[in-house]
Amino acid sequence: MIRPPRLLAAILLGVTVLSAQAQELSIGLSTPVTTMDPHFHNLTPNNSIAKHIFETLVHQDEQQALKPGLAESWRAVDSTTWEIKLRKNVRWHDGTPFTAEDVLSTLKRIPNVPNSPASFAIYMRPIVDAKAADPHTVILKTREAHPLLPNDLATIHIIPKKAEAMSTPDFNSGKAVIGTGPYKFAEYVSGDRVVLTVNDKYWGPKPAFAKVRFRMITNSAARVAALLAGDVQMIEAVPTADIENLRKDKRVSLASVVSNRIIYLHLDSGREKNSPFVTDAAGKPMEANPLRDARVRKAISKLIDRNAIASRIMEGEAKPAGQFLPETFHGTSRKLTPDKYDPEGAKKLLAEAGYPNGFGLTLHTPNNRYVNDEKISQAVAQFLTRGGIPTKVEAMPSAVFFSRGSKLEFSFLLAGWGAGTGENSSPLRSLVSTFDPKLGNGAANRGRFSDAGVDALVQTALTTIDDTKRGIMLAAATEKAVGELMGVIPVHYEVSTWGVRKGLAYKARVDQYTLAHEVKTSK
Amino acid sequence: MTVYVLRRLAQTLLVLFVTSGLVFGGLYLVGDPVEILVNPQADQEERARTAAALGLDKPVLEQYGLFLKGMFAGDLGKSFVFGRPALEVILERMPATLELAFLAMLMSVGLGIPLGLYAGLYPDRKTSKAIMAGSILGFSLPTFWVGLLLIMVFAVQLGWLPSTGRGPTENVFGFSISIFSVEGLRYAFLPSLNLALFKLSLIIRLTRAQVREQALLDYIRFARAKGLPRSRVIGVHLLKNILIPLVTVIGLELGSVIAFAIVTESIFAWPGMGKLVIDSIFQLDRPVVVAYLLVVVFMFIMINLVVDVLYSALDPRVRIAEAK
Repeated sequence: MIRPPRLLAAILLGVTVLSAQAQELSIGLSTPVTTMDPHFHNLTPNNSIAKHIFETLVHQDEQQALKPGLAESWRAVDSTTWEIKLRKNVRWHDGTPFTAEDVLSTLKRIPNVPNSPASFAIYMRPIVDAKAADPHTVILKTREAHPLLPNDLATIHIIPKKAEAMSTPDFNSGKAVIGTGPYKFAEYVSGDRVVLTVNDKYWGPKPAFAKVRFRMITNSAARVAALLAGDVQMIEAVPTADIENLRKDKRVSLASVVSNRIIYLHLDSGREKNSPFVTDAAGKPMEANPLRDARVRKAISKLIDRNAIASRIMEGEAKPAGQFLPETFHGTSRKLTPDKYDPEGAKKLLAEAGYPNGFGLTLHTPNNRYVNDEKISQAVAQFLTRGGIPTKVEAMPSAVFFSRGSKLEFSFLLAGWGAGTGENSSPLRSLVSTFDPKLGNGAANRGRFSDAGVDALVQTALTTIDDTKRGIMLAAATEKAVGELMGVIPVHYEVSTWGVRKGLAYKARVDQYTLAHEVKTSK
Repeated sequence: MTVYVLRRLAQTLLVLFVTSGLVFGGLYLVGDPVEILVNPQADQEERARTAAALGLDKPVLEQYGLFLKGMFAGDLGKSFVFGRPALEVILERMPATLELAFLAMLMSVGLGIPLGLYAGLYPDRKTSKAIMAGSILGFSLPTFWVGLLLIMVFAVQLGWLPSTGRGPTENVFGFSISIFSVEGLRYAFLPSLNLALFKLSLIIRLTRAQVREQALLDYIRFARAKGLPRSRVIGVHLLKNILIPLVTVIGLELGSVIAFAIVTESIFAWPGMGKLVIDSIFQLDRPVVVAYLLVVVFMFIMINLVVDVLYSALDPRVRIAEAK
């Protein structure tokens, strides 16, 4: 019935989109950008915008491999000294040249941003001293050997010296937003849009679009509709429910990649008895905590049919996981594969551990944080119930979930972890190292898993400069913590998907950043 | 009259005070904002730093005390997420919501009263029956579904209107307003229609019921017997008498359209207060949520006050009496 106008509209839209393409690109973002200050709130949507305007010393490519950015090269002179050679002939958007002074100012500003809800100071803590050897060389000293310094530097956006004393409102108004990146700041309307214009004097490859408009469209159905209507030419975080239809749609194409985020189950392996949500098979409170037994954790892992979850619930937008990160990342194990669905093996392990009749559990899960989080939990609970461990699900908004989880109010929970550093020490340190505020370990270890062998391997790896040796240690730690002891049970890696109008191409990124200067016209 | 208004204003202060306590306590119980705000990679030291920077390391009663102290000085605290005064963040979003509410009310009153009058005066015509059937759809279909349907039909299939977002704004007396340009109206049309549908149906049904009731009363019969033209009987005598309940409902609906346009705003990516507050609740941005609810409560009280004053203007029998 609506056919003819639809065709007409499609033709008209097609024409307008084509003619506007080289000029302007509109992108629908899934989460609001809350600030223009690159050091105020360390949050993916904010960092994503900052990466257009500002640059880091070290860049990460779409697989999070380190690439020269504002630094041409970097090397460890000795175990605690790093020499960073800066790129010459780089200019700020206002024309002043970029030098080592700017880097030093940035490092000084980062720990001192007032009211910052999530600062970048964590990446600065290992650095005890920074100085400029010459205008294009920076020498950084770390407290102890810190091999991840280049990864940390990839998170820190460099601002000009004159912006050191600028406040967050100065950035939000645009006054202080002067970077070296491929795009210049044009407009920021909180909760609505960010507009950027191309930096003609950029030192790197020229972006394909003269102007970029980021629109914050948090409702995912509306975001898809905006793409189909041609109001935006690109969207991030395509919802799984629409993947099938979009794949068939001639007007758009999809770009996806297995991301660095794992969805996992954490079990209370800390409490010796009276774990709050463990009951016996009949549902009565139980004193013993079966989750402390690695065989029980392994049995739970074997009861989960990961392929079914990935194909049915995630519509193929997930890859079954056997460790913290896909194998392409540094420090991962070549030996670990996802546990196969094996109810017989699980039964045997449960009997061996002394629970032939099973026991009862409650799985706590957020319902607005990860893709299909509550549905995954429902599926896991059904698999476990079928396998002799009657499991209830209690879902709640992430605002409630994480507070309660960190107060150790749960026995069994589902959560996710994105490795910000792009290598395997990040999950090892936060999820399965022994909780230790002094060392900053185990901050997200909500099951209080603890194993001296794993701790030792991770700690040594964290101070081993040699990449290969460190990689082997991290892999060994993963094999012990996940493969052998099941400190956490990996479920799957999320797949991140972008949708673009025909004629455009985007290389999907594992870190989920949406970067306009990486969008190409495919002709 | 003056005493009456003053007494109402004093009550307002009390209500605001109670609201602030309830919301503050409620959000405190929901969870710890630090858990949501920090980057997941943050270690324990960074978490402690965030708590201290936002004043969340103090006991809750002390936090509330500080908040009250600020409130009486007109400072509702700084947003955790934006690092700016919460009231400023809210007021910045207010024009977007107000213009949507204004358009929606215009549509629902402008269409609702004439359609309701028609349906009430000629209840047996087919058109009237169609109007009434339509109004049932209008308030029984869920807003988010209608919103998506409107987008699919008018933006995706027909391509007549933009799917989401707010049009270009211009500065009018210091506020950025988008509905004074054709382009801006194109953006505002679908969301305000979506917002208006429910109110429109309500007003149609209410007007019709009133008309059916009043049309049979003696004063109408008398006016007609006196030989007054039909237009005057309907336009002056009838309309004035059905307006009293309508004003109450319109007043309350105006309040709810401003305060609870959340669903429409998030579907149409309209950068108003509703979208702000839903994001703030998810991020436990307590200062913004508290400030928003205080603003909303204040607004409702004011609207009610205006409605009460309007009553006496519409119906001379209603006098705002001094309480004994």
